[in-house]
Amino acid sequence: MSAPAIKVRESILSRTAAMIIMGVCTVYFLVPIWWLFVGSSKSREQITGTNPIWFADFNLGANVRELLEYRDGVFLRWMFNSLLYTGGAALLGTLLAAMCGYAIAKYRFPGRETLFNVVLGGVLVPASALALPLFLLFSKVEGTNTFWSVFLPSVVNPFGVYLARIYATASVPEELLEAARLDGSGEVRSFFTVSVRLMFPALVTIFLFQFVAVWNNFLLPLVMLSDERLFPVTLGLYSWNSQVTGIPELRGLVIVGALLSITPLVVAFLFLQRYWRSGIGAGAVK
Amino acid sequence: MTVTETRTAGAAPPTAGRPRPRRSRHTKAVLFFVVPFGALFVLFYLVPIGYAIVQSLYKLERTGTFGPAREVFGGLVQYERVFSDGPFWSSVGRVLLFGVVQVPVMLGLALLLALLLDSGLVRGRSFFRLAFFVPYAVPGVVAAIMWGYLYSPNLSPFTALTRNVDFLSADLVLWAMANVVTWVYVGYNMLIIYSSLLSIPTEIYEAARIDGAGQFRIAWSVKIPLVMPAIVLTTVFSIIGTLQLIAEPQVFRSFSSAVSSTYTPNLTVYSTSSIPNFNLAAAFSVVLALATFALSFTFLKFTQGRGER
Repeated sequence: MSAPAIKVRESILSRTAAMIIMGVCTVYFLVPIWWLFVGSSKSREQITGTNPIWFADFNLGANVRELLEYRDGVFLRWMFNSLLYTGGAALLGTLLAAMCGYAIAKYRFPGRETLFNVVLGGVLVPASALALPLFLLFSKVEGTNTFWSVFLPSVVNPFGVYLARIYATASVPEELLEAARLDGSGEVRSFFTVSVRLMFPALVTIFLFQFVAVWNNFLLPLVMLSDERLFPVTLGLYSWNSQVTGIPELRGLVIVGALLSITPLVVAFLFLQRYWRSGIGAGAVK
Repeated sequence: MTVTETRTAGAAPPTAGRPRPRRSRHTKAVLFFVVPFGALFVLFYLVPIGYAIVQSLYKLERTGTFGPAREVFGGLVQYERVFSDGPFWSSVGRVLLFGVVQVPVMLGLALLLALLLDSGLVRGRSFFRLAFFVPYAVPGVVAAIMWGYLYSPNLSPFTALTRNVDFLSADLVLWAMANVVTWVYVGYNMLIIYSSLLSIPTEIYEAARIDGAGQFRIAWSVKIPLVMPAIVLTTVFSIIGTLQLIAEPQVFRSFSSAVSSTYTPNLTVYSTSSIPNFNLAAAFSVVLALATFALSFTFLKFTQGRGER
């Protein structure tokens, strides 16, 4: 009779230990963001001197207004740029990667293996290692400091091709394509009407991966852009933050700006989380 | 699958009724699918790498001290400078040290959290999953700015700690950055490992459970070996990320004077190119890209070789 009793006690012990670890980690991961939120709601004088993780006078609205009006609304422009760079590049990049990965998975053609291996090699050469070479190349054609100099390189997503190949193999049955062929549907039409639908959850995953990668890429805009009206929001906040010693009022703006800059992605994560769950593992399991 | 097998003569299966027209139609489709990505990949991946290699073989030469500079072929002269550049190699050593400590800590924590989520010991799984993943939404630059304030003696919510321990000092700033990177990426790595745990059929555990294996035993002997591919994948990405460290140190330069302009290899590339010495910076870039490629490739091969045994 004693064996089950021990088992239950053990399990309570491990349950408690597990919950303690989870609790401590939650504090670690969320306190900085909480601090950012609280800090954004404080007036300039209260940022220092009041309890850093609790509210003083709630000034979030006024702070946001000040941020948006600062220097003719340059912050809004940065947010809009970021959306164009990341949203546009991820949307186009996902489509192109999906098409290429799909072709590698579903058709035999000469150079198929070579193509896949070169693309896979591309996965191991990270975007930031290419920033300077890209800069040299764009300056050759006098294309630096333009929207396209950041946008176009961001579209290329070799990891997306790799994932798309795996997903296409796993989720698009050959019989279905064959049936579409018998119905007289062309290959390209089958891709857009049949295969894309089957691959959709996977495509959202590729999109999210690429979105975050472009959103995070810092070196490329840093070397390419000198006109601040072209900056993505990360580079803009960085440039403000490095001027804080000279212009102290920027500090409050940096904090509010940081909060606003992460809000869209956090919200997107909340809505798209089921895709992360379903798609993300497939790439690793293979 | 077999119908598309057009190029291998003789291997054409009997189901391929009208091989000729279908062959050409497929070629067109394949071109349609592959060319857009392929063209951009060549233009913005392969050409820049090639161009960087070419640039790295040139040097600037001046006629007299103030004469106009012109580019002449310099052979491997830039690479000689790269290999004799002390600060560059100490920055490589620094990120390797960073990686050797930070990557196992981060992935260990990610694995632990994924196993806990999967063990059934935890209530409120979806909340925790999301809470741990939220920092991944914070770009490296913003995370570094945020933690920079959290470390600072005046602003920090932990002033009792930050007044006594200077996280931004020369001794600690590397680990202060390691904490930023860990904070951002644990949840992301956890999610990759966790989704691969979810894809393990539960019958596999049942046998172990009937044999009387506890949670720890199952995790150690069944789950971890099965999610090894996910761990390998996350390790490769972490190695790449570590060698490419740039946003965090660049931001921390405004918080701490201990972070020099050659603190990480990528910072060296950036500051060399803003001197500007593009030929040398190109050589740095080539060496760094090769090193990253070699390291992650070796790791992949090494772990695959072990897995096959």
